[in-house]
Amino acid sequence: MAALICEVVYRGIFQKNLAARIARGIVLSARKSGRWGIAFGRYGDSPQRNGIPAKDFAIVADTKEELEQNMARYEPKHTDVTIVLDDTLSKGVESWAWYGLQPINRLTVPGGTVLMTSLQPFESLLKDIHKKDVSYKLSLLRAKASFSGLWVHKEDHTEARVLGALAKIAPAFLTLDAVGQAIQEIEWGSDLKVASARKAFDRLETREVKITEGNAEIPYSFEMPKWWEMREGVTIPAIPIGKPKEGGQGYVPERNPYFKKFTTRTMRPVIDFDTCVKCNLCWISCPDSCFDVMPDATFDANMEACCGCGVCEAVCPVEHCITMVNESAFEDNASQWEMWRKDKAAYKTWLTGKIGDKATTVRSHGFRFRGQYDEELKRDLDQGGVEIVAGIPGENAQHKTI
Amino acid sequence: MAVATTAAPAAAADEKELLISGSEAVAEGLTLADIDVVTGYPIRPYDTVIQAIAKKIANGQLVAEYIVAEGEHSQFEIVKHASTVGARVFCGSSGVGWAYAMECLVVTPPLRVPMVALVGNRALDDPGAFGVEHNDALFVRDLGWLLCWIDTSQEALDTTLIAYRVAEDRRVFLPTAISADGAFLTHSQAITLVPPKSKVDKFLPRYDRGDLLLHPDNPITVAPQANEDWVIEIRRQNDEAMKRAYTVIEEAYADFRRVFGRGPENPWFEEYMTEDAEIILVGMGTISLPIKVGIRNMRAQGKKVGLVRLRWFRPFPTEQLVKALSKASAIGVIDRDYSFGSPFASGVVANEIRAAMYNAEKRPPLLSFISGLGGREVTLEDVYKATDLCYNAAKSGKSDVKTHWLGVRE
Repeated sequence: MAALICEVVYRGIFQKNLAARIARGIVLSARKSGRWGIAFGRYGDSPQRNGIPAKDFAIVADTKEELEQNMARYEPKHTDVTIVLDDTLSKGVESWAWYGLQPINRLTVPGGTVLMTSLQPFESLLKDIHKKDVSYKLSLLRAKASFSGLWVHKEDHTEARVLGALAKIAPAFLTLDAVGQAIQEIEWGSDLKVASARKAFDRLETREVKITEGNAEIPYSFEMPKWWEMREGVTIPAIPIGKPKEGGQGYVPERNPYFKKFTTRTMRPVIDFDTCVKCNLCWISCPDSCFDVMPDATFDANMEACCGCGVCEAVCPVEHCITMVNESAFEDNASQWEMWRKDKAAYKTWLTGKIGDKATTVRSHGFRFRGQYDEELKRDLDQGGVEIVAGIPGENAQHKTI
Repeated sequence: MAVATTAAPAAAADEKELLISGSEAVAEGLTLADIDVVTGYPIRPYDTVIQAIAKKIANGQLVAEYIVAEGEHSQFEIVKHASTVGARVFCGSSGVGWAYAMECLVVTPPLRVPMVALVGNRALDDPGAFGVEHNDALFVRDLGWLLCWIDTSQEALDTTLIAYRVAEDRRVFLPTAISADGAFLTHSQAITLVPPKSKVDKFLPRYDRGDLLLHPDNPITVAPQANEDWVIEIRRQNDEAMKRAYTVIEEAYADFRRVFGRGPENPWFEEYMTEDAEIILVGMGTISLPIKVGIRNMRAQGKKVGLVRLRWFRPFPTEQLVKALSKASAIGVIDRDYSFGSPFASGVVANEIRAAMYNAEKRPPLLSFISGLGGREVTLEDVYKATDLCYNAAKSGKSDVKTHWLGVRE
């Protein structure tokens, strides 16, 4: 009786194709040793939205019966390997499905592995990853999160590298040779990608995570009502109107207590309240109405509601008043405005530190100008990264079916 | 999340193996059937088929007219017309999209348009939900559409070929809807065998409309106005065509097995461990997966349980089902649909089987269950609970008139 159950946790839209390639790659690699498998996305996650955490699954088993045994449910309740394609997901995931915040390691079995693409040290990630009552392994594949714009797939070999790493984690199901063979045959494969998979296999960093380690926060959750408790007519109470703040000077709207949205964020706005000209543009433009009106008429971005889209940064007329900073640079969702009100000098130091770090202010996703993708790939190459070829890099031209 | 349990077909040397979803498998079938006209209007989960066909056409693997309609009503109207001029056509929808096309769905059988449609089963609005319920496809159960449910991506591909063969048989000439559970089948990729075109050509003849072809060389008028002097005869014609479908379906499956060397012997339903079964559970579509796994687990504890997974719902295999179900001590029908205010407030399948069993010599107690609505997981615990209730009924020898809802929060 042997089966391998993997989940691939990814950022909606940006990594949709990447996750699908990995899930398919797992099944096709395992098929090399005659195993049966299935690859599927969590249906409730789609239609996706930019950045919303979503999941694909891959299950492989020795026999069809074992495969069925492990599939006889909507989605796996336990996974041997949890593959995480962006390290900011380590703060937990909340999908479209409205069931609260789930720790990234929630489904990982005792002794199982969380495989993550990250440039952060283990200790820094374990400040975000929730504590678990069993020990498991954390494996890091050294890579930036592979984001691209909309449906574009970024050919930076992440799918091949993840499969190579998986061969190290679960060699009983996917040998490195089988992975190489599958990559070679797959429509997006190439010799170069096989080499990338082998390098990832060699370079994977792994350590055990003890039950004492991790973020001690209890993720928010809620009970779903019984059929006779629900209001009839597919009707739900509206979100109540907000409360005036401090004697009517400011205004804070009420927000949905069941869907907080913040795990969609890979970057967050950092606001310089000293230079704000109170023009309202961020407040008007925010698609998620995440700005609270403060008593001094500045705007505080509520970090439980912000999806990190960056529209506020784009519309703000004051240079460096709103700056998007990578989510990994923050440990909580505390109010920036309250921090600023308490100690303006300390806030200035904090702000300068956050927006002055070039590594964390690089845009995490999307393209700002035509040709940015080519430039990024070339820069990666200059730093020892992937080789660029004419046309679509890495594509297996001979497998293009006509 | 469906996979084939029936004996794993040994891949014939000329078949290629692909890892594809149920929707992609339908597109493979359509490519092999070399369809001429396809219309598209997106709705989940059906849209995955349209995406797969578009890719086939873009890659030059399929040459077909791909028409993007402005709604489901139009897309079914377009293929109806294309079919009357001799094109092999395909279209489909899901949930309320299928409902929006209802006027065109209604006229297709009397005009004897042998189109094939895919219904990616989806809950009806409201609430706007994507998950599977069978009520959408069941809208056409009384209209002269042939209607079947599939369970795996392999069955999706095979049934697409069989559906054209049956629908376009001149004895039938009725539209055929293939129902596929949203998500569980439409979006799950499993290992699937794709036969070569040369074999398909031996199985599926060209579409020949004969004297019904709308063409200047064959001047005809289709669908003139007709009132009480004519209508009942037209309905009787449809009735006869549907009756002839029984034979045509059996012939098609036999021929499928002859040409491809695989496929079920019983076209109408899959019987899983029913031979010695005390309790037989009945369901349609991918609900078979938790039921089969549950049956294997229960048999390990000595409970003799089996499954009848219904493939063809129209025409309804009355005789065959009565024969298969009469031998059980109790029957449990699990509907992934509802029929509010119906006899015993049961689901559609349960009441169809009650009607079918009415004249049977041996009528075991029949229990009705409603489960898995809106894509809710049907758990192994649900299967065990249904089986236990069936055992109680078998012991008392009485049918429980209550319909049991499984997996609802109460």
